[in-house]
Amino acid sequence: MDYLNSLVVALESLMANKLRSALTVLGIVIGVAAVIAMLAVGRGAQSTITGTIEGIGTNLLFVMSGGSSDVTNPKPLTLADAQAMQDSFAAPSVIGVAPMMQGSGTVTAQGESTSTMLEAVTPQYGPVRNIELTEGEFISEAHVLSRSAVVILGPDVAKELFGRTDGVVGETVRIDGQPFRVIGLLVSKGGSGFTNEDNRVIVPLTTAQSRLLRRSTPNRVDMIIVQAASSEAVPQASEEIAAILRGRHRTGIGADDFTVFNQQDFLDTAAAVTGVLTIFLGGVAAISLLVGGIGIMNIMLVSVIERTREIGLRKALGARKRDIMIQFLAESSMLSLLGGILGIVLGWLISVAVGAVAAASNADITPVIGVDSVLLATLFSMAVGLFFGLYPANRAASLEPVEALRFE
Amino acid sequence: MTPWIPPTINLWEASISAKKDLVIEARNLTKVYKMGEVEVHALRGLSLEVQRGEVMSIMGPSGSGKSTLMNTLGCLDRPTSGEYYLDGESVAEMNDDQLADVRNRKVGFIFQTFNLLKRTSALANVELPLRYANRSENRGEIARQALEAVGLGDRLDHKPNELSGGQQQRVAIARALVNNPSFIMADEPTGNLDSKSGDEIMRMLLALNEERGVTLIIVTHDPEIAKRTRRVVTIRDGQIAEK
Ligand SMILES: Nc1ncnc2c1ncn2[C@@H]1O[C@H](COP(=O)(O)OP(=O)(O)OP(=O)(O)O)[C@@H](O)[C@H]1O
Ligand SMILES: [Mg+2]
Repeated sequence: MDYLNSLVVALESLMANKLRSALTVLGIVIGVAAVIAMLAVGRGAQSTITGTIEGIGTNLLFVMSGGSSDVTNPKPLTLADAQAMQDSFAAPSVIGVAPMMQGSGTVTAQGESTSTMLEAVTPQYGPVRNIELTEGEFISEAHVLSRSAVVILGPDVAKELFGRTDGVVGETVRIDGQPFRVIGLLVSKGGSGFTNEDNRVIVPLTTAQSRLLRRSTPNRVDMIIVQAASSEAVPQASEEIAAILRGRHRTGIGADDFTVFNQQDFLDTAAAVTGVLTIFLGGVAAISLLVGGIGIMNIMLVSVIERTREIGLRKALGARKRDIMIQFLAESSMLSLLGGILGIVLGWLISVAVGAVAAASNADITPVIGVDSVLLATLFSMAVGLFFGLYPANRAASLEPVEALRFE
Repeated sequence: MTPWIPPTINLWEASISAKKDLVIEARNLTKVYKMGEVEVHALRGLSLEVQRGEVMSIMGPSGSGKSTLMNTLGCLDRPTSGEYYLDGESVAEMNDDQLADVRNRKVGFIFQTFNLLKRTSALANVELPLRYANRSENRGEIARQALEAVGLGDRLDHKPNELSGGQQQRVAIARALVNNPSFIMADEPTGNLDSKSGDEIMRMLLALNEERGVTLIIVTHDPEIAKRTRRVVTIRDGQIAEK
């Protein structure tokens, strides 16, 4: 019997048992949909995180305190450390140094109140992080020296407090109860990523040190952002900074009390984390596909037993072992292929839904359905159908015609 | 088609002339079913010859081995020992695929319980042997003609459960005929039918023999049916009973 015929016969017998076929297909649909959706969400998270990190810039270094655990007397990073890095003899590859502190605070104005991210910076932060303003001006050296109570608002904060994103310069807001004069407004970045860059306020570092973000060590900073001359100069700059800090903190090589990250480090870490996440999600989904496959095998075995007489009859009418085998394999792979196709559609719908939910809650994950994951799911579900159909099909094909015909 | 030879003719001569056109030639067939320790001897050295165009009924008490013999002759089962030539070819030496081919092309089965595929139209049921024969030309047309020959030209798309018992058995006859087999084997073809439809089926089978020269072997418990066939073979205890 030719293959087209086998397909027709298989289709006929599947149609004869519509409900059962549908339920069997459902197992595969769920499995494949899970694989597709999980991989898509995993990849979406990956690309969002990667995008956020890439937005940082390739020539920046981030120096943070804390390093290997066996340092006897770890010292925090201070403003003085940041100043030392600006020495163009000790650090010729460094073109910008921006010490900063981070925290959060409650900003109020005109009876409105919002909680927001607080960044305490020096004037160099502007060029180093490419800060752009729609109006007003950035924090100046004078602001830092005089510990001025001035603030730059993110667009979301301005909207929250004043209901508008223009003409807010000159207004007064209160941060944790203390009055600050608004001197500038940030350009909107569109609120993407896990930390919304539009929902923050920027104040002078010294003002924050004395009024908002008090730390145990005076002059302590949370992080020093260092701009290298170019992305090629990043390793060189990293070496220079490390040498300066080791000298100042009097630590030996291999026992640093600070850590220098660059963009690539962040990317590597993120890739490792999201990679594990994606594999984990995909693995969980693959298990459900496996369960779907066992469902196929179960149904096919029941079907073989139920149709023993039919198989006997077909053999009596001249069906060869191969014909029966192909018929049952065609049935099982048709079930799984149909399940695979429906599963891809369902998985795509789930991905879109997840994307919409994520967007609604401001975590901008765009699920990415790759051609490879579609192919993978299709091939995998076909393979599941063939693999789990093989045993029942072989059992059917090996039935002795007389025995099968006599079966009640 | 070989004309029927009256029993008055010299038996030796008859066997010589008949040998030229034997459909079935079985020698010393035995069949032993092993059920754990117990051995059931269903056939004990049975020999049988059937000529082309013959109509033969097989009778015998229940458990005498009729169905076993039918299954062996129809190549559904292999004998434990003995020789069997179908159309002059030794069946003993065939592999499974060759046996499937023989069943497909040379044997037409008619069962007591009809054995049609459920939820499948009469036409598709009759087409089935053609499919396994890999004949793609005009399958539908050939099957339709076969159904017309058994008077079911207006029931092509009916499923078995939409047909009467007699009609279902007629579909089975059409299916048995469709590949032009060397012989048709019917194991109690009227066993599940009332006497009227049973009679119809018998008349149809006999007419097929008259008109097309189809070789017929019919297993039956009904002496009335046996009377209508020219040759009656009685089996007792796995052997042909001498009269
Ligand atoms: N698969 C089997 N396993 C064991 N014994 C069997 C098997 N098939 C048939 N037999 C035995 O072989 C003998 C002949 O059985 P068979 O079916 O050929 O009888 P039959 O003449 O067709 O009887 P009936 O007229 O009742 O149909 C019986 O004793 C039966 O029990
Ligand atoms: Mg019987």
